[in-house]
Amino acid sequence: MATRSNAVPFLFRPMRGGRLLKHLMLAGFGLLMLYPLLWMISSSLKPEELIFREPGLLPSTVTLENYSEGWNALKHSFGYYLWNSAVITGLSVLANLVACSLAAYAFARLNFPLKKLWFAVMLGSIMLPHHVTVVPQYILFSNLDWINTIWPLVVPKFLATDAFFIFLMVQFIRTLPRELDEAAAIDGAGYWRVFLQVILPLCTPALATTGIFTFIWTWNDFFSQNLYLTNSDNLTVAVALRQFLDSSGESSWGPMFAMSIVSLGPIFGFFLAGQKYLIRGVATTGLK
Amino acid sequence: MHESMSISLSVTPERAVNANRRREALTAYVFLAPWFLGLFIITVGPILASLYLSFTDYSLLEEGSWVGADNYVKMFTQDDRFLTSLKVTTVYVVVSVPLQLAFALLLALALDRGLRGLSFYRSIYYLPSLLGGSVAIAILWRKLFGVDGLFNAMLSVFGIEGPGWVSDPDTALGTLILLHVWTFGAPMVIFLAGLRQIPQSYYEAASVDGASRLRQFRSITLPLLTPIIFFNLVLEVIKSFQSFTQSFIVSGGNGGPVDSTLFYTLYLYLKGFKSYEMGYAAAMAWVLLLIIAGLTGVNFLASKYWVFYGDTK
Repeated sequence: MATRSNAVPFLFRPMRGGRLLKHLMLAGFGLLMLYPLLWMISSSLKPEELIFREPGLLPSTVTLENYSEGWNALKHSFGYYLWNSAVITGLSVLANLVACSLAAYAFARLNFPLKKLWFAVMLGSIMLPHHVTVVPQYILFSNLDWINTIWPLVVPKFLATDAFFIFLMVQFIRTLPRELDEAAAIDGAGYWRVFLQVILPLCTPALATTGIFTFIWTWNDFFSQNLYLTNSDNLTVAVALRQFLDSSGESSWGPMFAMSIVSLGPIFGFFLAGQKYLIRGVATTGLK
Repeated sequence: MHESMSISLSVTPERAVNANRRREALTAYVFLAPWFLGLFIITVGPILASLYLSFTDYSLLEEGSWVGADNYVKMFTQDDRFLTSLKVTTVYVVVSVPLQLAFALLLALALDRGLRGLSFYRSIYYLPSLLGGSVAIAILWRKLFGVDGLFNAMLSVFGIEGPGWVSDPDTALGTLILLHVWTFGAPMVIFLAGLRQIPQSYYEAASVDGASRLRQFRSITLPLLTPIIFFNLVLEVIKSFQSFTQSFIVSGGNGGPVDSTLFYTLYLYLKGFKSYEMGYAAAMAWVLLLIIAGLTGVNFLASKYWVFYGDTK
């Protein structure tokens, strides 16, 4: 407070009441929004019989029983499903970073015949509902014997089908000064070296946004994983949670909440680590 | 830069320029090769295949035969569940999107310009957008609004005995709408970015002219924000038209109770992958495409106002 150049003492500043009220309202609203989440966390630490008797956040008895019970409730330990999700998610992130940056460089920097047409097609494919292609895709993948493998989930990403990330990177590369490319070209660098040594290093923010969003979306994805992974040995976290719900019905909410929290952990971690890139990504392209 | 380029151009023979151009085009197509493969194998091929399938009664179990427009006719004339799913989805979109955007805009306005702790609030409000699509949150929602859930526990403090919100056909869709509104953080961030683009000097000039805050909002903020409101609107409509996970988990996979949460995509999934009527599901997919294509056309007109190429921060 003292560092502010305002000569009026804090208490007598105009609007102070208004500002305080505003902060109270904003914080109260934030608490209201997060209350369900906090309640789930607190419930996961309560003994089963207390969960619905105490709507409050502070558990009177804290136990990790729900976690150990939930961890071992299904055929495999929950760590097994976390690993399955991690493999699919990790490969998807890698795939999007490689395939989308390649395409983005071409769209942003190179000239080639029909460029405008292909760019429009790329933009159009962003808005294409996934459900329009899912039936033939399923038939295709089942003819390839890819059902219950990770390939239907990962291979399309290596083929840059998540076109919004191409768009995101094109937008970003367009803001980089072309002089850098030209200077490198004068020094004898070809397109690949310009891409690898000039463009990619400068694209780190866009790559981070792409990586984080790919991680979160793939981790959360239920539709495709539920469709292609049906064998109980192949389940990911999202599908396993759903099985949990089916098998335990309306009982054992404690363990289910505990594993739900575990499943949200990685997303929350990436959110904390990458907020800056997430916010920027949303603000520049309208991503979710 | 321009100087060096013009020099290099002037001393390069035309043939070499052409060769360079060819080399550049070739390189571009190499860079785009994975994308082209994906476009044709994963996207365009399946779109055309699904158009063909939509005129057959193909199922994964047996070869289909050509049935003409039967699937489309049946959908709108005989299939009550289809019409229900269309209605449920429309109600969901029409109610939840404006509510969500109203919250997004309101909070964006409250957070604008020099508020202390802005990034803290923004993060808190944004977090649900990242989590909202997950199975875990859908499970939580089912429990929040169950008959013995948190919501009823809170109501009971006031002596009200609430129903099982997710198991009552009158209120089940409402809980999903609330879940959608809960994820207002993403459009809010877009609104915040839009508000930043409005030059502060406009407001200063308006203040000098004695315009009230409300008047400034009506005459400066709102008009300059319309393209973004529009953009958000179309984006959210398209997205929520395709909602799947929430209704699947909250309803236990069948769109119940009494089809009150039977989203369009959920019905498509049930048709295509539970009863294996893939021809019919493909026809439903094409109807969805046509609905969304109409909205997307509008979206691209809006993006012209919103996307500034070469805009360095």
